Amino acid sequence: MLNVGKIEEGFVLDHIQAGKSLSIYHHLQLDQLDCTVAIIKNARSNKMGKKDILKVECDIDMLDLDVLAFIDHNITVNVIQDGEIVDKKELILPQEIRNIIKCRNPRCITSIEQELPHIFVLTDPKKEIYRCKYCEEKYGERI
Amino acid sequence: MRHLMNPLDFTVEELNQLFDLANDIEKNPEKYAHICAGKKLATCFYEPSTRTRLSFETAMYNLGGTVLGFSDAASSSASKGESVSDTIRIISCYADICAMRHPKEGAPMVAAGKSRIPVINAGDGGHQHPTQTLTDLLTIRSLKGRLSDFTIGLCGDLKFGRTVHSLINALARYENIRFVFISPPELKVPDYITEMLKEKGIAYEEVIRLEDCIAKLDLLYMTRVQRERFFNEEDYVRLKDFYILDKSKMNLAGKDMLVLHPLPRVNEISVEVDTDERAAYFKQVQYGVYVRMALILTLLELAC
Repeated sequence: MLNVGKIEEGFVLDHIQAGKSLSIYHHLQLDQLDCTVAIIKNARSNKMGKKDILKVECDIDMLDLDVLAFIDHNITVNVIQDGEIVDKKELILPQEIRNIIKCRNPRCITSIEQELPHIFVLTDPKKEIYRCKYCEEKYGERI
Repeated sequence: MRHLMNPLDFTVEELNQLFDLANDIEKNPEKYAHICAGKKLATCFYEPSTRTRLSFETAMYNLGGTVLGFSDAASSSASKGESVSDTIRIISCYADICAMRHPKEGAPMVAAGKSRIPVINAGDGGHQHPTQTLTDLLTIRSLKGRLSDFTIGLCGDLKFGRTVHSLINALARYENIRFVFISPPELKVPDYITEMLKEKGIAYEEVIRLEDCIAKLDLLYMTRVQRERFFNEEDYVRLKDFYILDKSKMNLAGKDMLVLHPLPRVNEISVEVDTDERAAYFKQVQYGVYVRMALILTLLELAC
């Protein structure tokens, strides 16, 4: 079994759906940070069978929890200090997400208006439905 | 400063005030004939819409104001690639209020975000057409005397018709409304609408034939069933007559049932129905002018 060492400062994203870690890596823009990142794919999990894990050595403020919550609010966010877990962040679906996903409705004004941010609003928290702020098109699938 | 993007932007109470004002305009037009003197309405129509544009223009002229604008994108700076955001910034320097129709959904909302003057959504693609819904509500309230306690049948293309969806959402806020959806299976009202009604505990039923339910309706809202919406010609031929309102079907209806239609009508209401006292679709056009007058006054904060 592969062993990845502890990190001293940073965060561990646990219980990522197997196969989704690279997508999260890109959406959190971790490729733009100059820090150590470990991407663990298909780790064994009692709860999920298989899961992905991301370990990142950087300040917790650099993590966009809203983006993470939108992608999958079941992910566990462990905050690490001096090599120990000091906090677990609860992920709550954000009311609004900006420029994370694009509206796919070809009739939406976002398809032609220059530099218009793509904004989605949480319209049904129970069913986790986001709709485009402009045309109200439902965003069908998660990242 | 307020804008109108969606019929639900106004609370039920605010709508009542708007409709009271519209009814006062109807009774005392001379009182309002000069109230907008010196004010200008910009009609920014990026796609042609004769009735809606003329209704807005008539409303502003009836209030003593003036009108400027364009009636298709080709005669505007959009043809040179100007954004909606830039256009409304320019229009804000010329006019006091703007009515915008645009083929792209959400365009009037983008305009409202950059505008220094009130913006009215005069129709954005298949998305919203709030002044049509306000027209429908005012017509019902004026002719029925209430916006609660009735059974309304909505007939025709209930899947793609934005006026139908907006009207259902707007009426769902009133007490004791019962909906009867009359359409071919291919053009049923979308699930998200029926789910909303279930959640709110609002009664509805879905039927295929107008004859089967017309007797119990207080209101019948007709829409057009377009041939191209059907999967095959055979189904269209089989079902189309179910959705044509004629004298024989009107004979099955109650004596107080009103017939509404957002217009333009093609053949879904036979012209023989036009002389029936229950046909309210041309009165509806007149109420459209009153409600737009009331809306202009309200958004310009000139309502007295």
